[in-house]
Amino acid sequence: MANERKVRILVGKAGLDGHDRGAKIVARALRDAGFEVIYTGLHHTPEMIVETAIQEDVDAIGLSILSGAHNYLFPEIIRLLEEKGADDIVVFGGGIIPKDDIPGLLKKGVKSIFEPGTATGEIINWVRENVSPRNP
Amino acid sequence: MPFDERELEEIRKRKEIWEREYRNLSKRDTNLTTVSGMDVPPLATPGDLNGFDYIRDLGFPGSFPFTRGVYSTMYHGRLWTMRQFAGFGSPEDTNRRFKFLLEQGQTGLSTAFDMPTLMGYDCDHPRARGEVGKEGVSVSSLADMEALFADIKLDEVTTSMTINCTASVILAMYLVVAEKQGVSWDRLDGTIQNDMLKEFIAQREWICPPRPSVKIVVDMIEFCAKRVPKWHPVSISGYHIREAGSTAVQELAFTLADGIGYVQECIERGLDVDDFASQLSFFFNVHNDFLEEVSKFRAARRMWAKIMRERFGAKEPKSWMLRTHAQTAGASLTAQQPLNNIVRVAIQALAAVFGGTQSLHTNSMDETLALPTEEAVTVALRTQQIIAEESGIVNSIDPLGGSYVIEALTDRMEKEAFDYIRKIDELGGIIKAIDIGFPQKEIADAAYRYQQELDRGGKVIVGVNKYVTEEEMAIPTLRINEEVDRNQIERLREIRRRRNNEAVRNRLGAIARAARGGENLMPFIIDAVREYATVGEISDVFREVYGIYRDPAYF
Repeated sequence: MANERKVRILVGKAGLDGHDRGAKIVARALRDAGFEVIYTGLHHTPEMIVETAIQEDVDAIGLSILSGAHNYLFPEIIRLLEEKGADDIVVFGGGIIPKDDIPGLLKKGVKSIFEPGTATGEIINWVRENVSPRNP
Repeated sequence: MPFDERELEEIRKRKEIWEREYRNLSKRDTNLTTVSGMDVPPLATPGDLNGFDYIRDLGFPGSFPFTRGVYSTMYHGRLWTMRQFAGFGSPEDTNRRFKFLLEQGQTGLSTAFDMPTLMGYDCDHPRARGEVGKEGVSVSSLADMEALFADIKLDEVTTSMTINCTASVILAMYLVVAEKQGVSWDRLDGTIQNDMLKEFIAQREWICPPRPSVKIVVDMIEFCAKRVPKWHPVSISGYHIREAGSTAVQELAFTLADGIGYVQECIERGLDVDDFASQLSFFFNVHNDFLEEVSKFRAARRMWAKIMRERFGAKEPKSWMLRTHAQTAGASLTAQQPLNNIVRVAIQALAAVFGGTQSLHTNSMDETLALPTEEAVTVALRTQQIIAEESGIVNSIDPLGGSYVIEALTDRMEKEAFDYIRKIDELGGIIKAIDIGFPQKEIADAAYRYQQELDRGGKVIVGVNKYVTEEEMAIPTLRINEEVDRNQIERLREIRRRRNNEAVRNRLGAIARAARGGENLMPFIIDAVREYATVGEISDVFREVYGIYRDPAYF
C-alpha cells in the first residue's frame, strides 16, 4: 500500500444560499478525519463548482443547499460533470430537502442526501465506504 | 438585596452544609451547562450577587438602565407585536398569506424575500435560476411591491422587511407604494433589517465589501431620521449570529458591537446621536436554554443603556432604549418528530416574553423541511396568543427580576459580553474585526464545538440522539408552484416593455454619480424606483461603483 492517495473532497455551497454553518462543520470534520478538503465558500454557480472540482482533481463533491433550490442545483451539477467527462466524481449533500424530493435526486445520480440531525460521524463513515480516489 | 454582611456570612456557612450533602448524594449523569456551554450555579443564593444594587442594576421599567423593561407599562400598555415572518412564491401568494395571518390575529407584518431579491438579482438573471420564490417572495420591480401590499394600507399596519444588501432599493419601493396610496412618509411605521455588519459575520448576504455596504446603511439612517421619523432603518441583529452557531454571550457581544459600529459611523458622518438613536432597533434569537435567554435580554438592555449614555453621551432617554424583536431559534428545530418543535417553540416564546421582547416571531413545526403551511403557522401564532391570554406571565412586569440565578446570569453575561466588546475595540472596531475574520472564526469554532458535543452525546436533542423513533410521521409541507418562476419573468418583461427606459438609464446614471460623489443615495434610488428600475439594475450600479465582495471561505 505505498503512497495511496488521500481521498479529496470538495465541499460546496451552490447558488445564492448563504447558510454555511453546516458546510463549514462538515468540511472541518472531514479534514479532521484525514480527508483532503477544499471548501468553495459561498455563491458558487454550478459551473464554478464543477470547474473547481475538476481543477482540484477531487473524488467527491459534498453540496450544502438550504435555499429550496436543490431540485435545480443538484441535477445541474451532475449534468455538467457528465458533459465534462467527470461523472465518476461522487456527488452527495445535505441541507433543507423535503423527504419527498430525495428519491428524485437519488434517481438523478446523487449518491446520498444527509438529512438535518445527521451526526458528522455518519457522514465520515459513508465517505470512507463510498468514495475512493479516482486517480490513485 | 438588603442582606448585610452578617446575614451573607450565615448564608455562606449554611450553603457549605448544603454543598457537602449535595456532593455526597448520587446525581444523574448531566452537566449543568447551558446550550452555549456556560455553567449555571446548581443553586443560586444572595451570595451570588456581589455588590448588587437594586436602583443601579435593575431600576424600574421605562427608565435607565431598563433592565426590567423598556416601557413603564410593558405588556399592560400593549402586548408585544405578534409578527410572523412570511413570504414565498409570487407577490400575490405572499399578499394572501399576509391577509391570512392578519385574520388569524397577528398584529404586524414581516416580509421574507427570495434569494435573488436578497442578493440583488432580478428573477430572470441566470443566477436566479431555481431560486425564484423558493425562500421568500420574489420582488424585482416596484410592480411586485405594489402587488405585495395590494389592499393593505401602509398607515394601518407596521411592516418589517428582512433584507440587507438591497434594503435601500426595497425601502425605496415601500416608500413609493405609500406615496401611491396617498400615505405620507411620516405616518409609516415599521422596520427594515438593513444590518450589513452581521451579514459579513453571519447571514452572509452581500454585494459590496463592508465599508461601502455600511455607507449605504448610514445613508438610510440619515434619510429616515429626517424623512421617515417613525421608521426603524436598521434592525441590529443577533439572530443570525446565533443561528450560525455562536454562543449566547457571542450573540450579545457581536450584536452590540455592530450597534456601536453603526452609531460611531453616524457620528463620524456628523449626525447628532439623539437625532437617530431612538430609531435603531434590535433583533435577538430566543433559543432553548430558558435561564440563559431571559438573562441575555435583560443584560442586553442594561448594556445598551450604558453604552449609549456613557460611551456616546446620548442625552435623550429614548436614545438609551434597546427595543427588540425576537425570533425562536430555527436551528433548534428537528426534522425528526416535527410535532416536538411546537413544544420547543412554546418554551422559547416564553423566554422571549419573560425577557421583555417588543415583537415576536414563533417558528412553525415544519420549518426544518420547508416554508410553513397555513396550519403550522397558525399553531405558531396561537402559541403567542395562549401565552398572552392564558399563562398569566404578563400580569407582573419582569416577573423573574430578583431571582438569584437570573440576576447572577444577567450580570455574568453582561461582563463576558463587555470583555468581547473590549477585545473588538482593541482590534480597532467591528469593521476591522470583520476584515481579519475575528467574529466569523469565533462563531465557526463555537459551532464546531457544539456539533462535537452533540456527536459525543454530551448534549441531548430529543428525537435525534435520544428517544429516537423508527417510524417517521409524515406531515404535509408547502410546495412552491413551479409556475412562479415563469410568471415573475413574464411580469418583469412586461414592465421593461412599458416603462420609460431612457428615464431608467438616466436615473441609474444619477445613482452612480451620487455614489462616486459620496452623496446620500436614498433620494436617487427612490427616483430610479419610481421609473421601475429594478433590484438587479440598481444592484449592478453598486457592483460597478463599489466592487464585489468574495467570501474568504474560512472554515
